Amino acid sequence: MLSFIGRRLLIAIPTILLISIFVFFLQKLLPGDPVLALAGEDRNPEILEFLREKYRLNDPLYMQYFHWIGKALQGDLGMSLRTRQPVLELLGQKLPVTLQLATMALIIAVMIGIPAGIISAYHKGTWIDWLANIVALSGLSVPNFWLGIMMILLVSVKLGWLPASGYQPFFEDPLQSIRTMLMPAFVLGTGLAATLMRHTRSAMLGVLQSDYVRTARAKGLVERTVVIKHAMRNALIPIVTVVTLLFGELLAGAVLTEQIFTIPGFGKLVVDAVFNRDYAVVQGIVLCTAIAFILMNILADALYRVLNPRMNDQ
Amino acid sequence: MHITKLSVFTAALMLSASWVHAADLRIGLAEDPDILDPDQSRTFVGRIVYASLCDKLVEITPELEIIPALATAWEWSADGMTLTMNLRDDVTFHDGEPFNAQAVAANIDRSKNLPESRRKSEVKSITGTKVVDEYTIEIMLANPDATIMAQFADRAGMMLSPKATEEMGLDFGSAPVCAGPFSFTERVQQDRIVLSKFADYYRADEINFDSVTFLPIADDAVRLANLRAGDVHMIERLPATSVASVKADDSLLIEQAVSLGYQGLTINVNNSDRAKTPLGMDSKVRQALSLAIDREALNQVVFEGVFAAGNQPFPPTSPWYDASNPIPARDVAAAKALLAEAGAENIEIEVQVSTNPVAGQVVQVVQAMAAEAGIKINIVAKEFATLLKEQSAGAYEVSQIGWSGRVDPDGNIHQFMTCEGGINDSKYCNPAVDDLLNKARTSTDIATRKASYDSARTILVEDMPIIYLYHQTWIWALDDGVSGFTPYPDGMIRLHGVSAE
Repeated sequence: MLSFIGRRLLIAIPTILLISIFVFFLQKLLPGDPVLALAGEDRNPEILEFLREKYRLNDPLYMQYFHWIGKALQGDLGMSLRTRQPVLELLGQKLPVTLQLATMALIIAVMIGIPAGIISAYHKGTWIDWLANIVALSGLSVPNFWLGIMMILLVSVKLGWLPASGYQPFFEDPLQSIRTMLMPAFVLGTGLAATLMRHTRSAMLGVLQSDYVRTARAKGLVERTVVIKHAMRNALIPIVTVVTLLFGELLAGAVLTEQIFTIPGFGKLVVDAVFNRDYAVVQGIVLCTAIAFILMNILADALYRVLNPRMNDQ
Repeated sequence: MHITKLSVFTAALMLSASWVHAADLRIGLAEDPDILDPDQSRTFVGRIVYASLCDKLVEITPELEIIPALATAWEWSADGMTLTMNLRDDVTFHDGEPFNAQAVAANIDRSKNLPESRRKSEVKSITGTKVVDEYTIEIMLANPDATIMAQFADRAGMMLSPKATEEMGLDFGSAPVCAGPFSFTERVQQDRIVLSKFADYYRADEINFDSVTFLPIADDAVRLANLRAGDVHMIERLPATSVASVKADDSLLIEQAVSLGYQGLTINVNNSDRAKTPLGMDSKVRQALSLAIDREALNQVVFEGVFAAGNQPFPPTSPWYDASNPIPARDVAAAKALLAEAGAENIEIEVQVSTNPVAGQVVQVVQAMAAEAGIKINIVAKEFATLLKEQSAGAYEVSQIGWSGRVDPDGNIHQFMTCEGGINDSKYCNPAVDDLLNKARTSTDIATRKASYDSARTILVEDMPIIYLYHQTWIWALDDGVSGFTPYPDGMIRLHGVSAE
């Protein structure tokens, strides 16, 4: 297992390098001048030229890239043009926020999506299946920004149960932190639960019709054991893939949800950075999420092997 | 059983201690400020935070008069080249350092000479300073400059602790040290900025909060929802379209002030080949477009009549407004006649506009009105950074853009209308206008200045490189427990005398 993980980590290095090149050059294609956005409303030419020199924007692109990657390899991802904060520090500030939101949203998604998928598959074709499908379809079709604003109006403005937006660090005040994150996590989680429910349902359907499940039933095992212990374990493999990919996506920042609930995570940071042409911040975030995605993929592969030890031989 | 436990836990979560403390004033901002260093910062929203953090040499009244603040009195030398200021002797910075003439000299030097300073153009006319005694300073100018007092009423006049600027250098913004009513406590980017009451503030008796928390909440609907839910005490930049619903709510108050800035159509008259259009080359066509627009209708349709229609760089409420050039009534027949005279009937023009939906609506209304006069407008929406770049490079015909406005009238007109003006993206150039605007700059006599601006306006109404459309109104919505708030045309939130139940 360890050598497997080691091999996968080695392969990840060129992938990350390629991503860094791709992102660096792609964002240089964006129209607009970062210095114009930075110089202030009166666009003093002296400041414009000073900033171009300072941030090496007059250098050829490949030189800019080598300068950036050289520093990045030493652990310096540069500085935010907008606020003069080191990018690494910014990422460190945002990562716990995004992690907390992603984890809470995923817990909600898993708690709703997987049981709903199993029940729906087990009762295929009955009214329970239909009901679960309708709920899932609504979860997929309702846009997050709409659901978010409606929830704020209902839960915060009308009922006054939860704060409308904002963020409280978990370790400063865990209860308040969960209260502020509950609505955004719910909005994100229900959308994901729908995806998860559909995947679980189709995986379970396939497994429930297989020979070994029929054999297990023929042996006279209790139905609960057949479904939970025999069928679900095999059905979990595609579900694990979906869950880890969803988690990777969540780590990239939930742009709209973070914007609506004013959660200072990756999503909000990247939007502001793109609009301000804050290149170093965009690069830092993309690099960070690319790494998160790769780690999630490796984790998924490792989990397959735990769930199905036969895969170790392949 | 499980369900009961879960619901008890959820209820406990939801009903746990109320999180709004009366001693903390919470303000919802429309954006997250940039760096909190008055010399390096460039956003409007940052100035709202400074109003509580950094006091200035002089202050303005809501009527735009300059009044004493850290400077108690000032006088100009006869030739207008030297400004002598007397300073308060009871002021300390948040780090305990004394405020005195040396501190003022160090601050002016930083605004002028820090390479990253965005204040350079504002203090350009200053050649040096002389410390006369502990609380008297002389400021020498290269030429008479009437605008300098208004600059001292804004970021260039904010006094930072010289010890802190020296120690922290460019990172001063990460923990700013000034001499305002509140001192810096913490900032989590895109989440909150917290300031605490400064016990040694020289006007401490006017400050009624232990702390103030600024929360950037970009979405207009969510910012208002936060106010309605009681999570913030006041919000700034309420959209005009929400005014009616806030007025209908007994638990909320509304305050408003017409801003110092303007919005309009900047026309490329001489900036690269894109200026070679009938609109760019013939002022009659520009006048026709202006006549085709009903500015009051525009204000009613897009802003529910809350903003102020306008036709000059200064709003009609400003003492600098030229009353002899009032907002023209819409006259489609006259517009058509002008177009016929210019031989430019049924022309097509391209107007670039930012992707902001409100700006889009403004241009759509103008498009519909202009069509009736025979001017077909093609709208091209661009993301703001792109729009700005193409505008400054001359890659546009007409640009819908505005200006946030300055206290001194010079800031709203000189750099746009003079041949060498820094943000003259029209590349409009008329030596007669240059002379008048330069003259207005050098006189400290208000009547003389006003006459120069009026004369310049008379020429500009003919040449019309910018078609002014309207002036934004700053709108604040407050919890009805908040009292003592005074709206200012600069859009700032001054907390002296403000209290909350």
